[in-house]
Amino acid sequence: MPEVLKAPLIVEFPFTRSLGPVQSAFLTGLRERTVLGVKTGDGKVLVPPVEYDPVTAEEIRDLVEVGATGTVTTWAWNHEPRPGQPLDTPFAWVLVTLDGADTALLHALDVDGPEAVHTGMRVRIRWAAERVGAITDIACFEPHESAEEAQLKPYDGEFEDAVTGIVAPARLDYTYAPGRAQTGYINALAEQRAVGERCPSCRKVYVPPRGACPTCGVATDEQVEVGPAGTVTTYCIVNIKAKNTENAAIEVPYVYAHIALDGADLALHGRIAGIPYDQVRMGLRVEPVWREGGRYPDHYRPTGEPDADYETYKEMV
Amino acid sequence: MAAAGPLRDVAIVAFGQSDHVRTSDEHSEVEMLMPVLHQVLKQTGLKTSDIGFTCSGSSDYLAGRAFSFTMALDGVGAWPPISESHVEMDGAWALYEAWVKILTGEVDTALVYAYGKSSPGSVRDVLTRQLDPYYVAPLWPDSVALAALQAQALIDAGETDEAALAGVAARSRESALANARAQVRGSRAQGDYLVRPLRTGDAPPVSDGAAAVILAAGDRARELCERPAWIRGMDHRIEAHSLGVRDLTDSPSTRLAAEKAGAFQRPVDTAELHAPFTSQEVVLRKALGLGDEVAVNPSGGALAANPVMAAGLVRLGEAAARIHRGDSDRALAHATSGPCLQQNLVAVLEGEARG
Repeated sequence: MPEVLKAPLIVEFPFTRSLGPVQSAFLTGLRERTVLGVKTGDGKVLVPPVEYDPVTAEEIRDLVEVGATGTVTTWAWNHEPRPGQPLDTPFAWVLVTLDGADTALLHALDVDGPEAVHTGMRVRIRWAAERVGAITDIACFEPHESAEEAQLKPYDGEFEDAVTGIVAPARLDYTYAPGRAQTGYINALAEQRAVGERCPSCRKVYVPPRGACPTCGVATDEQVEVGPAGTVTTYCIVNIKAKNTENAAIEVPYVYAHIALDGADLALHGRIAGIPYDQVRMGLRVEPVWREGGRYPDHYRPTGEPDADYETYKEMV
Repeated sequence: MAAAGPLRDVAIVAFGQSDHVRTSDEHSEVEMLMPVLHQVLKQTGLKTSDIGFTCSGSSDYLAGRAFSFTMALDGVGAWPPISESHVEMDGAWALYEAWVKILTGEVDTALVYAYGKSSPGSVRDVLTRQLDPYYVAPLWPDSVALAALQAQALIDAGETDEAALAGVAARSRESALANARAQVRGSRAQGDYLVRPLRTGDAPPVSDGAAAVILAAGDRARELCERPAWIRGMDHRIEAHSLGVRDLTDSPSTRLAAEKAGAFQRPVDTAELHAPFTSQEVVLRKALGLGDEVAVNPSGGALAANPVMAAGLVRLGEAAARIHRGDSDRALAHATSGPCLQQNLVAVLEGEARG
C-alpha cells in the first residue's frame, strides 16, 4: 500500500458569547479589579458566580464583593505550560477560595517550583496590566502572607460600560490523514485520473471512495478508473460570493453541479464553466479542466457531445 | 421496598472492539470502525436490516473532522434508511439511549457503537473545549492538569499517595496482558511527572480505537447469545460543572447512579471502571464501596487503552463479555464524561445461573 497522505489542519474559531447579568457583573468587576461573588439561597457565596443556584436552580442575583486574597485548596505543578495557558513559565494550577467565598476559582499560581506550593497557602490576585472584562484579567495568583479576611461587602454590581459579551478564540491543530481509500483517490487525481472503488456486494462504484459502501456497509477495495468525462445530473446557480475561501476569486453567478463520471454510480461535485450559466442543463456532457500543476480539476466544461439520455443517469439524480 | 427492575429484560449479546493503537493514519474513522461492526454482526448472525435501532457516540473535535459520525454511518449500511441516533458523548450514553428505546417496546434489537481517533490532534488540548467557556476554557487547563488537581486533593485528604497510584497503574497494565486488544500491555515504569502529582504512568495512553455492542430483548437475546449479559439496571448522573463547587475526593453522582441501577442490592464480582487516571479509580472504589474481593478492570481499563468516546462503552462491553464467557455472574460497568469524573453512568449486568 502506498504511504498514506497527511496534511496539517488548523481549526480556528472565535466564539462570541453573551453574558447573563451575574457573569457580566463578575467579568466587568475583574476589569475594575473588584471580585464579585453571588449568594445562594442558603447563604453560600459562589466565586466565580453563576446565574442559577447549583443546588436549587433558583435565579440568584445577590452580589457581594469578596477579597483579592485567598487560600489554595488544591494544586498541581505544570512544568511544561501549553499554548493558551495563563503563564508561559512553569507554574502551579490552583483552586483558590478567595476570602469571603465558599467555593474555589481555577487559575495559575506564579511560584518558582513545586516545593513553594502547598494546600492551605495564602495567595493574592496579580491583575493583568490591560483588563478587558475576562477571566484572564486575573493574570495569575502570587504568594501573599496575610490573615484571612472574611469581611464581605455588599455590591450593587453596577459598573459604567459593563461588558455584555466575550469573544473566546479557540485554535486546535491537527494532522489530517484521510485514510486508505481517499489517499488512493487523491493520489490518482494528482495524475489527472479519477479512481473510484467498487462495492463487492452491490457492485456500485463510488467516486470519491470513502472506504465503505453506504448501502451494504462493507469495505470497498477494488479500484476502478472512471471518467474522465461525465454527465451533469443536477445543478444550481450560485449568486452569492463565497467568503474566506478559494472560491472568492470566482465571479458570480456560476454553476455548481453534480457530475456522474462515466463508470461511476455516485455523482461528485464540481463547478461548470466554459458555457453561459443559464445554458447549463441536466444531461450536459462535461469533462475536467486541469490547471497547470493542479492536484484536482479546476472545473468541468462541455465536451460538445449530445446530451445524455435521462434514463442513463436518473438513478444518480 | 425493593426497587422495581427494568420494564423489559434487555441484554448485551455481543461485544467487539478494534485493536487500540497510538495512531491509525492508514484508516479513516469508518475504515477503523467497520471491522468492529462486522465482529458483532458476525457474533449474532444478524444483518444491518435485522437491527431495530442504531445509536453511536463520538466527537468531531477529536480528529477535527466535521460530521465524521455521518461518514461513519457508511460502515453500517444505512440504506434503505435506518432508525438511527448519535450522541456527542461516550458510546456508553448511546447504549443508554438504545436501552431506553428497547424498554419502550418500539424495537427488540439495537446496535451501539463508538469510536475515537485522538491521534490527529492533541487530546489534552481538545478536551479543554468542553469546559465552561466563560471562566475556565480561556485558561486552557488540559485534561491531565485537571486530573492532577483531583489527585492532589486526594493525597491531601490522605486517601492515596503516589505509591498507591503507581500500584493502580501496575495492576491495570498487568491485567491488560490478558487483553490482546489493549494498547499498553504489561507494567511499565511510572516515568516523569506529566503534571505533578501525576506521572506518565498515572495517565492513559493516547489511543485510536472503536467498539460496538448489540443489545436484544427477552427471547431474542437468548437466541442470539448463549449467556446474555442482562442489564438489571442502568442510570447516569451529573455534577456541577464548576470544579470549585465540587468535593473532588468523592463522586456522589457515581454513588447515586449505582444506587439507582441497583448496584448495592447484592455484591458484584467484577467492576469495569472508566478511570482514565489512576487517582480516579481511588474515587470510584470509594463511591461504589468496592472491596478487594471484586475484580476491578480485569481488561486493564482505560489505563491500558483509552479511545476517547469509546472507552466507556468498552467498559460495558468488557463486563458483558466476562458474563458471556462465564467468568462473571454479576458485574458493574461504569463510564465517565467531563473533567474529574463530572458525569457518571453505572450499569449492573448479570448472567443467568448455569445449570
